[in-house]
Amino acid sequence: MPGDPALFAYVLRLGDDSLILAQRLSELVGKAPELEEEMALINIALDLVGRARLLLTYAGEIEGAGRDEDALAYRRDVLDFRNHLLVELPNGDFAHTIGRLFLVAAFDEQRYGALRHSADARLREIADKAVKETAYHLRHAGEWVIRLGDGTEESHRRMQTALDRLWMYTGELFAPDSVDEEMARRRIGPDLRQLEEGWNRRVNAVLAEATLDRPQASFMQRGGKDGRMHTEHLGYILAEMQFLQRAYPDATSW
Amino acid sequence: MTTDRREWPVYEVFVRPRNGLAHRHVGSLHAPDPEMALEWARDLYARRGEGTSIWVVPASAVTASRPEDREAFFAPFEDKVFRHPSHYHIPPDVENM
Repeated sequence: MPGDPALFAYVLRLGDDSLILAQRLSELVGKAPELEEEMALINIALDLVGRARLLLTYAGEIEGAGRDEDALAYRRDVLDFRNHLLVELPNGDFAHTIGRLFLVAAFDEQRYGALRHSADARLREIADKAVKETAYHLRHAGEWVIRLGDGTEESHRRMQTALDRLWMYTGELFAPDSVDEEMARRRIGPDLRQLEEGWNRRVNAVLAEATLDRPQASFMQRGGKDGRMHTEHLGYILAEMQFLQRAYPDATSW
Repeated sequence: MTTDRREWPVYEVFVRPRNGLAHRHVGSLHAPDPEMALEWARDLYARRGEGTSIWVVPASAVTASRPEDREAFFAPFEDKVFRHPSHYHIPPDVENM
């Protein structure tokens, strides 16, 4: 059904989350602390790129304005992106990189798990694929959180610091707005408050095994998924990601 | 075993390509522990759908024959062709064996 603004906004959020996190992880090509871990992180990034392509293609079809995946990925500016703030934060040290991946993968586990039962057939298909990929992302990141948290004094301190700093960006994941509410009402998307219970169980279990404290955040940042207030970091991501398309629009070979 | 990351132990990786076939040695990697070795083996050696099962084994657990033992170990078999099952006449009805 072309021109369904709420569905378009919702699918764009899903696609942008995958695209921006993939771009962040891709920064580690050639720079990850270990060769083996680099392969693992880049495989995850590639899973996310694949997911972003499916979602942005679908978003373009819903919009019905002739924009394909590339137009949506490369020809939108900061204010038109709808990803959560959590995925656009810099990688920081390895604890931050892994901590963010863990928090997002735990969210994706819930989100795509619920989307397998969506009233929307395309989202069900995409979710079927995403659930399997995410199970591995979560396992990999979770194993690292446990090793760093329950590792040396320094790794514990860095992992705890990373979680403490990332925590204020987790509130946005579960704060429904009008788009989320409409999607839940139409049985396309999940009730975010229900997702939060599953996410809490997963996160708490890993933090306990990692001997880490669950951070207490009094204030939660918002503004990514509705595009009102992205962090200053998103512009730099786009500058790098979109450079080629901006400099040589519609070039078919370089 | 030291925790210095530069001295992570080596694990040998074995992948079973399909059910019914044996695990085959495909390579090795460095990892801090067996579980992480298994995850990395998946990313390094099975990311193109090569396998249905992976084993990782500490390289230190492998006892290997030495190059200088080659004559004593293997040369004596070179003139014992009767150990090859090549002297049988296979009845035509047995098509594949």
